[in-house]
Amino acid sequence: MATITPPAYRIIPIIPVLNHGAMAKSMPYVASEKMQEAIGFPGKLAENWQETHDAVIAKMGELLGKYRSLKVYMDACVHCGACSDKCHYFIGTQDPKNMPVARQDLMRSVYRRYFTLAGKLFPQWVGARDLTREVLDEWFSYFNQCSECRRCSVFCPYGIDTAEITMAAKEILDSVGYGQKYSNEIIGKVHKIGNNLGLPGPALENTLEGLEEDVKEDTGIDVRFPLDVKGAEVLLITPSADFFAEPHIDSLIGYAKVFHASGVSWTLSSKASEAGNFGMFIGNYDQLRKIALRVREAALELGVKRIVVGECGHAWRVAYSFWNTLIGVGAGAKDPYAIQLQNQLDHRYKQPMHICEFTWDLIERGGLSFNKEANDKHIITFHDSCNVARASRMGDMAGGQFEIPRNIIKAVANNFVEMRDGTTREQTFCCGGGGGLLTDELLDLRIKGALPRMEALQQVADSHGVNFMATICAICKAQFTKVLPIYGFDRRVVGGVHQLVSNAIKLGDK
Amino acid sequence: MNALITLLFTFAILAFVLGFGYRIYDYARTPAPLLIPTTPAPTSRVGMLLRMLREVTLFESLFKANLWTWAASWAFHVSLALVLIRHLRYFTEPVWFWVVLAQPFGLYAGLLMVAGLAALWARRIFVERIRYISTPSDHLMLALLLSIASSGLFIKFLFNTDIIGVKRFCLGILHFDFQALPGDGLLYLHLSLVALLLLIFPFSKLLHAPGIFFSPSRNQVDNPREKRHLSAWAAKLEK
Repeated sequence: MATITPPAYRIIPIIPVLNHGAMAKSMPYVASEKMQEAIGFPGKLAENWQETHDAVIAKMGELLGKYRSLKVYMDACVHCGACSDKCHYFIGTQDPKNMPVARQDLMRSVYRRYFTLAGKLFPQWVGARDLTREVLDEWFSYFNQCSECRRCSVFCPYGIDTAEITMAAKEILDSVGYGQKYSNEIIGKVHKIGNNLGLPGPALENTLEGLEEDVKEDTGIDVRFPLDVKGAEVLLITPSADFFAEPHIDSLIGYAKVFHASGVSWTLSSKASEAGNFGMFIGNYDQLRKIALRVREAALELGVKRIVVGECGHAWRVAYSFWNTLIGVGAGAKDPYAIQLQNQLDHRYKQPMHICEFTWDLIERGGLSFNKEANDKHIITFHDSCNVARASRMGDMAGGQFEIPRNIIKAVANNFVEMRDGTTREQTFCCGGGGGLLTDELLDLRIKGALPRMEALQQVADSHGVNFMATICAICKAQFTKVLPIYGFDRRVVGGVHQLVSNAIKLGDK
Repeated sequence: MNALITLLFTFAILAFVLGFGYRIYDYARTPAPLLIPTTPAPTSRVGMLLRMLREVTLFESLFKANLWTWAASWAFHVSLALVLIRHLRYFTEPVWFWVVLAQPFGLYAGLLMVAGLAALWARRIFVERIRYISTPSDHLMLALLLSIASSGLFIKFLFNTDIIGVKRFCLGILHFDFQALPGDGLLYLHLSLVALLLLIFPFSKLLHAPGIFFSPSRNQVDNPREKRHLSAWAAKLEK
């Protein structure tokens, strides 16, 4: 493989000059007919363009009637440019169509032409254009250069969230047979096998047994990794990457040790062996719901009292923000469908709960003890993952999603350093691989999209000797493992928060 | 000419009220199936209302995004509000006391409004990436607002008109008791442009004004674990 050179760090993080068409050729593989049909979409584009054209406009009309977000966001933009320098893909690629407003305009131009009076009467004046095959191809290219990270929505004076528009675009593309291979193939696997990585039940069982042996060898203690245990108190839903990918697996070991130390009985589920939900990435409510339904079924079958979610960014968004809506995991329901599950759950605890909330709660109550020196080889910083930071919460206070993981790190390690203001918390930069873009054919985009985060990491590496970037997202971990070496870092610089917990936790003879 | 401008104004106000009303109805009836506030978000309704209040009065998000854009745009909007308040004296009899108090502020605001608009236009012309995203209508909108503001200032400072007559005309429209407008070219221009602005309001990006109140990322409360949020069409999937 040829050596890949990353884009140069900006001396001062100034706004880049435009490089027109820089990423016009970037696009993911198109989903095959088989993959499309397996999840209920047309296999391919119609032979006749007019048919596709009409279907796109009809679908757009349908979505405008179903989602207030899309309708308001199509109308409200005034082209003020507040978002224009906020996207990591724009910063990394300099392609003007990667400015959030320009990305939205790819769809807004079509919206104006077909759904507004001004666009019907004076298309050129208001930036309206006919839907052509070229426009659709442009959608496929540039809406697959958005990781749905919502950074732009923080700065927009109307809260316009490009992620909502990207999701709508992907939903339209899927509905006319123009899907993206990576996401749609994964959704197929979830339904067929139970998780994104296609790890079948028996293999999962083997993996977990192997982990028990490893931890026993390492610590001398019988830490269990239970699977499908009926009557367990906690059902842990975690991204399938935790079962064998590096460094993910170290966090899984961390969760198991925390459960062991807490004495709370827990289980994984072979049916719902995946926290990730790519239905969100493709903006398809049906898939979002169907994938989440596995969790409801597993919870009902196993009779668990609590549902805890492992380290995964978009999965936590789906769990925290959408599960109560989709499958009734939460509280406050008045309808029989949701009440059935909510009556089973123990409402002394948050439902669902993030593993960091679980661990931090124990730490606060003095239920865990640590040997912090075990992490002394690490000088640690924390990368906020976009979906956790800008689309969910932990704890009781707004912003708990920032404090709780940091509190855990500080409780288990001695050296913690923050990255530069404006690159963390609600203004965090995406890793560059979220939103269904974590695929090899988009590596160039992923490397460029990681630029702002790599700049901020380089700064604290230079000034404080930071050598470990903790994060709580499976996609962030996989993406950084790939791009860190390209920017000259060791791939093991990235790891999970529970990896640090695992290093330091004292298991004793509990 | 008089009848023409009366007709134009009546039509423009009607189009504005109906168009604007329809938009609000349309936004309100469209469901928001998922909770998507941009977090960290308020966890109570009161907190959400305060967030919205900060957003529409202080332009909080824009302040975080870009100080220059914020300064120009905030100056323009606040000035516009003061100028509108000043103009209430043409539509109230007797003039409300707070409108009387606001008169001098409204006057200076007129000048600040022009400065703000000019700064916003300069960005569209000189900043490469803002130029890239600007459509002809973005420029025309600024041109329209600038023309309205400057024609108003010209009338005030250089070519005074019969404002008593103007007031009679305005009250006349409100009460469908149509009165003649003083014959003054600059005044005709000023009012025709205002009528034009009212006409295009419900069909243009000026919809950002009602839009912000319906923006789910700003108007939703962060409470998904405590309350079950379900739209009508999504609920049907559970049957």
